[in-house]
Amino acid sequence: MSKPSSGQHVLLSIVARLGHQVNDALQRLGFATRFFIMLLACSGQSFRRLNLTIREIYFSGFQSLLIIMVSGLFIGMVLGMQGYETLQRYGSADALGVLVALSLVRELGPVVAALLFASRAGSSITAEIGLMKATEQLTAMDMMAVNPIARVVAPRFWGGVISMPLLAALFSATGVFGGYLIGVVFIGVDEGAFWSQMQASVDFRYDVWSGIVKSFVFGVAVSLIAVFEGYDAVPTAEGVSSSIKGTVVKSALAILALDFVLTSFMFRET
Amino acid sequence: MSADNLVEIKDLDFAYDDRPILKGISMEIPRGKVVAIMGGSGCGKTTLLRLIGGQLKPSRGEVLVDGLSVPHLGNDELYALRRRMGMLFQFGALFTDISVFDNVAYQMREHTDLPEELIRDMVLLKLNAVGLRGAHQLMPAELSGGMARRVALARAIALDPMLIMYDEPFAGLDPISLGVIGQLIRKLNDALGATTIMVTHDIQESLLIVDFIYFMSDGKIVALGTPDQIRASKDPFVHQFVFAEADGPVPFHYPAVPIAEELLGRGADEQA
Amino acid sequence: MSRKLLDLWVGFFVALGLASVLFLALKVGNLSSANFAESYLLTAKFVNIGGLKVRAPVKSAGVVVGRVAEVHFDPETYEAVVTFSIDGRYRFPKDTFALILTAGLLGEQYIGLDPGGDEKMLKAGDVIAKTQSAVVLEKLISQFMFNKASE
Repeated sequence: MSKPSSGQHVLLSIVARLGHQVNDALQRLGFATRFFIMLLACSGQSFRRLNLTIREIYFSGFQSLLIIMVSGLFIGMVLGMQGYETLQRYGSADALGVLVALSLVRELGPVVAALLFASRAGSSITAEIGLMKATEQLTAMDMMAVNPIARVVAPRFWGGVISMPLLAALFSATGVFGGYLIGVVFIGVDEGAFWSQMQASVDFRYDVWSGIVKSFVFGVAVSLIAVFEGYDAVPTAEGVSSSIKGTVVKSALAILALDFVLTSFMFRET
Repeated sequence: MSADNLVEIKDLDFAYDDRPILKGISMEIPRGKVVAIMGGSGCGKTTLLRLIGGQLKPSRGEVLVDGLSVPHLGNDELYALRRRMGMLFQFGALFTDISVFDNVAYQMREHTDLPEELIRDMVLLKLNAVGLRGAHQLMPAELSGGMARRVALARAIALDPMLIMYDEPFAGLDPISLGVIGQLIRKLNDALGATTIMVTHDIQESLLIVDFIYFMSDGKIVALGTPDQIRASKDPFVHQFVFAEADGPVPFHYPAVPIAEELLGRGADEQA
Repeated sequence: MSRKLLDLWVGFFVALGLASVLFLALKVGNLSSANFAESYLLTAKFVNIGGLKVRAPVKSAGVVVGRVAEVHFDPETYEAVVTFSIDGRYRFPKDTFALILTAGLLGEQYIGLDPGGDEKMLKAGDVIAKTQSAVVLEKLISQFMFNKASE
């Protein structure tokens, strides 16, 4: 008898499982692409009823205000303390404003705000859509001749896309204020030097604008992941909870990977 | 197609991936009647409703609703047809983030430009028909299972549909609510001049209210008839279903090797 | 929640967000200083630009009057071609001298403009003829060592 040995068996089953996973992943990616195109196609329809999107800006944007501002303030204060520690060794504590502002505007603002946004607003979008799917609300809507992508998905997506850059800007602004609080008010760095060095080194088009572009891209990525995970959830309690986890994990990975790609495009020159 | 039939299904096949669910179903639903489709869990009843509503496409065969071939309709035509259909889902599927009133008003606001006062009157009339006018400002989470089902019923008939479909309307209800829903299904059908298709496995309640019954098993229609014919039927499947016997044409056991062989066979292995 | 209250809060949120963008642009960034004013481009060729980078300041008498817009290499003359934009409010004579200077001993490099006495002024797109390259520290040191050795 020429039965395959158990070692061969294990190897074969690993290869088979790998093949299945690649197959599934590609299929999901294909569905995600089709879903994104459907979403864009339906967006015109849902923009005609702007109050739907405004409602979602309230939920994902306004309700994230507190966490964004508090975190921004703390990060700015930490930057102020750490930055001062390092800079004063080289006698350039005056450049504290530059350090705080550049780190926030270019990197920390968009990235940390997007990570917070993904766990605060993204996960709740996924939960909402996933639960609507699990309780057949989406099917019911479809049977009532109301397109669930136009009515439920698109407003949440655009609400997230619009909120994200505003939240990131707010994060950076409160962060700079936090750095000012620690650096100027508590430690006593010269106020004039703090602001003027900052202004001299932070370029609007180069630094601030690329931060806004970044946060916009992150907003698209996180919102898309959140609505897709919800829409594609297995319609059970476990399915929805694993989708929520998927949103947070995949958003974080997407944000960090995209940040790397965008940074290498934007700041290549210097 | 005969003009007397609102829904006609001809030689319908449907499969999920490679798993066949429906095999050669043919059915006629006459206008103005209440028709039940019965069968055990997982026999493809709900799938059949989805095919009639156009949410699934058959692999073969034809579904005609009011003379329109549902699988061949474009998106807009399908949505136009669905406005004339109402559907009650298994657990109601009420929108949980809006009130009872807004749930019933949902389709009126989505599909019509009626003034809000008129919508208000219409919603209250619909809720009155299911006896829940007083509950109009409650949220769905505050309703009992039976009440939620009635609200969903009011929502399904919001636009006075020509065809009302029910997916397991009796599932998980206490006997009183069950009787109430049964009576409502019959009354609303007659009052609206609609046609009703009801998918259920509750035979006793159905026998009281429907005009015609189809029995399905394993993706095929195995028996059909009026309630009187069904009660008198000698068909072993119908007999088993009506009298809720554990074993019969629908076996109690999942297919397996005979128990003696399995138990003794394993013992023999261990001895060796 | 009523529609009006919802709109109010969303309006508040959007206003706060836009105010932050404005704060980043005007207070943190440099949008307030220049940029709004029209600027014009000048070009200068250097034998060696050292560590000069795009967006480095262009100063005259210590005041920032513009920024480096582009740096590229001319394969025919083997020189560095530096294009920089100058604030439209400032005009410089034809015989202005462009040097590459260093802020402090090891600081960033910038372009310094020494105005000459010519009556004619530089126009957009003009090339500055007289330039002085960056001081490269290694060269300076080796020169110093050679001089010492030959003494």
